[in-house]
Amino acid sequence: MSYAIEGRTGPWEIVVGLEVHAQAITKSKLFSGAPANFGAEPNSQVSFVDAAFPGMLPVLNQEAVAQAVRTGLGLNAHINLVSRFDRKNYFYADLPSGYQISQFEHPIVGAGQIEIQLADGTTRQIGVTRLHLEQDAGKSLHDQHPTKSYIDLNRAGVPLMEIVSEPDIRSPEEAGAYVRKLRSILRYLGTCDGNMEEGSLRADVNVSVRKHGEPYRTRCEIKNVNSVRFVMLAIEAEAKRQIEVWEDGGTVQQETRLFDPNRNETRPMRSKEDAHDYRYFPDPDLLPVVLDEVWIAELKAALPELPDAKQARFTGDFGLSSYDAAVLVAERATADFYEAVAAGHDPKQAANWVTGDLFALLNRTGRTIEDSPVSAAALGALLGLIADNTISGKIAKQVFDIMAETGEDPAAIVQARGLRQVTDTSAIDAVVDAVLAANPDKVADYKAGKDKMFGFFVGQVMKAMAGKGNPALVNAALKARIG
Amino acid sequence: MSLDPATVRRIARLARIRVEETQLVPLGHELSGILNWIEQLNEVNIDGVEPLTGAANMALRLRPDAVTDGGNVEGVLSNAPDRAGAFYAVPKVVE
Amino acid sequence: MFDLTLAGARAGLRKGEFSSRDLTEAFLGAIETLNPVLNAFITVTPELALRHAASADAALARGEHGLLTGIPLAIKDLFCTQGVRTTAGSKILEHFIPPYESTVSANLLRDGAVFLGKANLDEFAMGSSNITSAFGPVVSPWTRNGDNRPLVPGGSSGGSAAAVAARLALGATATDTGGSIRQPASFCGITGIKPTYGRCSRWGIVAFASSLDQAGPVARTVEDCAIMLQSMSGFDPKDSTSADLPVPDFAAACRRGVKGLRIGVPREYRSDDMPPEIETMWQQGLAWLREQGAEIVDVSLPHTKYGLATYYIVAPAEASSNLARYDGVRFSSRTDGADLNELYENTRAAGFGSEVKRRIMIGTYVLSAGYYDAYYLRAQKIRALILKDFTDVFRTVDALVTPTAPSAAFAQGERMDDPLKMYFNDVFTVPANMSGIPGMSVPAGLDAQGLPLGLQVLGRPFDEETVFAVGAAIERAAGFTALPGMRAGGGA
Ligand SMILES: [Mg+2]
Ligand SMILES: [Zn+2]
Repeated sequence: MSYAIEGRTGPWEIVVGLEVHAQAITKSKLFSGAPANFGAEPNSQVSFVDAAFPGMLPVLNQEAVAQAVRTGLGLNAHINLVSRFDRKNYFYADLPSGYQISQFEHPIVGAGQIEIQLADGTTRQIGVTRLHLEQDAGKSLHDQHPTKSYIDLNRAGVPLMEIVSEPDIRSPEEAGAYVRKLRSILRYLGTCDGNMEEGSLRADVNVSVRKHGEPYRTRCEIKNVNSVRFVMLAIEAEAKRQIEVWEDGGTVQQETRLFDPNRNETRPMRSKEDAHDYRYFPDPDLLPVVLDEVWIAELKAALPELPDAKQARFTGDFGLSSYDAAVLVAERATADFYEAVAAGHDPKQAANWVTGDLFALLNRTGRTIEDSPVSAAALGALLGLIADNTISGKIAKQVFDIMAETGEDPAAIVQARGLRQVTDTSAIDAVVDAVLAANPDKVADYKAGKDKMFGFFVGQVMKAMAGKGNPALVNAALKARIG
Repeated sequence: MSLDPATVRRIARLARIRVEETQLVPLGHELSGILNWIEQLNEVNIDGVEPLTGAANMALRLRPDAVTDGGNVEGVLSNAPDRAGAFYAVPKVVE
Repeated sequence: MFDLTLAGARAGLRKGEFSSRDLTEAFLGAIETLNPVLNAFITVTPELALRHAASADAALARGEHGLLTGIPLAIKDLFCTQGVRTTAGSKILEHFIPPYESTVSANLLRDGAVFLGKANLDEFAMGSSNITSAFGPVVSPWTRNGDNRPLVPGGSSGGSAAAVAARLALGATATDTGGSIRQPASFCGITGIKPTYGRCSRWGIVAFASSLDQAGPVARTVEDCAIMLQSMSGFDPKDSTSADLPVPDFAAACRRGVKGLRIGVPREYRSDDMPPEIETMWQQGLAWLREQGAEIVDVSLPHTKYGLATYYIVAPAEASSNLARYDGVRFSSRTDGADLNELYENTRAAGFGSEVKRRIMIGTYVLSAGYYDAYYLRAQKIRALILKDFTDVFRTVDALVTPTAPSAAFAQGERMDDPLKMYFNDVFTVPANMSGIPGMSVPAGLDAQGLPLGLQVLGRPFDEETVFAVGAAIERAAGFTALPGMRAGGGA
C-alpha cells in the first residue's frame, strides 16, 4: 500500500528529491590550506583565499577529489574522468568572493543508486542523479547584536559533496531511509562523518504533490534540514501545506523555504526572495579536473565492504534474518563488533546476543558500540563457555551482567562464583529423586496426563541446583524416571 | 537592440551596483552600444567548435591535503571596515 | 646616472661605481620632482626603498650579485605588496593594505630589487589611457611636436610605462589582459613583454580577467625586459594556471639573432584606416629583419577582426565575477546602507568608477539567464578559433610581427566620448591574450608628430626566447634613441 496524504479532494501522492550536502573528510579546505575541522574560534581557520582577498587563488585538494571518487564508487555511480569547476554567482554575507565554486555542467560523479529498506521489509532503488564537489559558505550569526549580523568564515571553503537524488522518493519514511542509508554508506567509506548536529550532513528537500498518474507539479525546496526526523516532518508539513494551496484553488509557487521544527511548519526564506540568476560559468582560475583511471582503480580496490554487501554476506553465510543483518550492518562499528563476536562461534547466537543483551546494555548505559563496557572478545568468550557446556544460557545472562558491571573476564567470573554447570549425572539423579519424592501429588497429576507438570519438575530441579544443572541432562534424568 | 530601463535595473541589482533612476536610460543606451557592436560575432560560424575557457592547456594540478594556513584572525580582519571581536560585522540579515 | 639601462646599472653596481643607495636616492629625487606632473605613482615608498637599497648594498659588499640586486623598480599598483597600500587604481581599495606579497613582486625582492613605489594604472586595469584611475590620470612624459597638450601614456600599465619612459625607475612590473603592457610601452617609447599565460604567477595580483591576465615587465630595452622577466617568471604551486616549466635564459636569447627565422606578417592586421606612418614603420621593421637574415612570410589569421568583440565578452564576464568580492565587508571601503544589500549597492556604486561599472554590467548581462549561450558561450568558441589561427600559423612561422597599436598616443579628452573608440586601441594586442601566446612591443620609430610607435612581436606559447631574439633584432636596427620631453636628468 503506497503512501498518500488524504485531502478534501482525495488522496495525494508526494514526490520528493533530496540534495544532501555531505562534508568530505579532509584535513584542509577544498581550495586552501586552512583547517577544515569543526568548532574552532571564529575566523581562526581562515586563509586569505577563504576570505577572498584580492589576488588570492584556489588550488584543489587532492583528498577532497579522492573522497568524492570513493563516494561515487560506493554509490555504484559513474565517475567522470573529466570534470570542471564553475562559479555560482550571488551576493551573500557569508559568501566572501561573491561566488561559490561548485560543479554545474560537468560534475565529478554521474548517475548512481541507493537501495533503501522499509519497515515492511520491502526494498526500493532510489536514483542518484549526480555528486559534485563545492565549497561551503561561512556562518552568519544573527542573534549576537540588535542591529548587526556577525560573520565567521571558518566553514567558508570547507569541501562539500552535494549528492542529488532523482525525485524517486514517495513518502517521509522513504526519505528517512534514504538519508540513513546514505549516511551509513558515507560512514563506511570514511568520506563523511555524517554528523547532522554539527552540520557535516544536511539535506535540501524538494517536495511537490500530485494526484496519482499526473505529471510533476511545482516543487518547493526546504533548505538545510539537519536531522532525519526533521526531514520526515518537513516533508509531511510541506506536502500538507501544498495540498491545502492546491485544494483552495491556489497555485504553489516555486520557492525556497525553511522548516521550523518548533511550529512543525515551513516558511519562505526572506533572504532568497531575490530572483535566482546564478550566472554559472567555468571558473577561469581552475582547469579541468582530469582523473587517472589507474588511480580510480586503486581507490576502488581499497574500498571497504559496504553495508549492502555485508548484509548479503550476513544473511547468506551466517543465516541471519534480513532484519537482524540490516540492524547489524547499519553502522560499520556494530558490524565489526558483531563479526568479532561471531568469529569461531554460532553466528545466529552471536547476533541474538549483540542485538539483544548488548544493545540493551548500551541503551541502559548510554554508551556507544565503540566504548561498549563488554568487549567483542569478552562476549565471544562468553559464547565459548555456553558452547562447551561450561555454563548454561541462563547462567550466561547472569555472567554477562557481571561482565558489564565489573569488566571481568567471563571464565574468571564463572570460576570465582562457582557458576560452572553441573554435568555429573549421579548428582543430578540425586536432586531429581529428591524433587519427585517431595511432590508425589504432582507426579500423580503428571502421570494422569498433565504434561505441563514436566516443566514444573525441571524448574524445581534447576532451582535446587541454583541454575547450574545442565538442562539437557536434567531433562534426560526426569524422562528416565517419570517417562 | 536597446536595453530597457527594467533590464538595466535588473542587471544593476544582480551586480549590486546602485544606479539612480535617472541614469537607467542613458546607461541602457551606453550598454546597448557595446552589445550591438558585439553582435558582429553572430556572423562567425561556430558549428562544431568546442568552447575554450582559458589559454592554459593542461589538467588541473591537485595539492596534497595538508594544513598550511589559518590561525591568522588579525590578518584576515585587519582591513575590515567593521568588526566585532573576531567577527566581521554587517547590518543585520534576515534569513 | 639616469641614462643607464637596467643592465648598465647592474654592471655599475657590481663594479662599485655607485651604490644602490646612490641610485635609489637619485630616483626618489626624480620622482619627487616629476611625479606631481606625471602622476605615475599612486604611492611612493622612500623608507622602504632605502631599506631595500641598504640590504642590497650589504649584499653587494658581500659579493652577492642577485639578478636585480640594488635595482630600483616601480611596481604596478595591481600587485599586492605586504604592508604597502595596494589600490588597483580604485577608490574601493583606497585603504587596503595587503598582509601578503604577490609571488611576482616577492620574486623580484628575492633577487634583490628595490621598490620605489606603486605605479598608477587604469582602475582594476580596465582601460587603455589611464584616465580611469581613481587617483587621477597619468600624463605621458611625451608631447607632440609644438603642442603641449598632455597626452595619455596608454593603459592600463600607464604609470609603469610613464615611470620608465621618464626615467623614474629602471624598470616596472606591469600586467596585460588585453594589451595593457604592450600598448603603453608603444605609446611611451619603451619595451614591454607579456609572456605566455602561465609563465608568471597570478597569485597576489588583483584579478581583472583571470583567463587573460598575465604579468610582465616594462623597461627601456629588450635585454632589460629579459632580465626582469627572468626574475618574475617561474612555477608557482599557489596558482593553478601556473606552468611547471623551467625558465629559460631570456637575456641569452636576446643575442641569438634572427638568421633563418621565418617571420609571419598577418594580412588581417592591415586596415585602410591605419595611419600610413604605422604601415611604413611596419614595412621598415620587416626590412630590418630581412636584412638580418630572417625570411618574411605572408600569413593569415582569419578571426583577427573578431578578437576585440570576443574580448569584450570574456573579460567583462570574468571581471563581473572577480570584482564581486569588493563588497565592503572584509577589506574594501564601505558606504553604509539600511540593510546588507543597500550596503553592497552603495559601496559598489561609490567605490567603482564608471568604466569598471560599465564592464561589470556588461559581464553580468552576458552571463545572465537566457544570454549565456548567445554571448559567453559563443565568445568561448570564437576564442577557440582565434587560438586555432595562431596554432596553424605557428606551424609555418617562428614569430609574427605587427604594429602594437593602431595609433600613437592621443591627448587626454580625445576618444573619450564613446567607450568603443577607446576599446579599438587593443585591436592588435587582444588576440595574444585570447590565445595566451607571448607578445612584446619594441619602439621602432617616431611618427610625424614626434611620438613613439612600437612594433609587436608574437611568438609560440612558452617560446619567449624567439620573441626576445626578434625584439632585440628590431631594437638593434631601429636604434631608437628618442627621449620624452619630461624625464629625470633631462628636459623639464
Ligand atoms: Mg541545493
Ligand atoms: Zn550545494
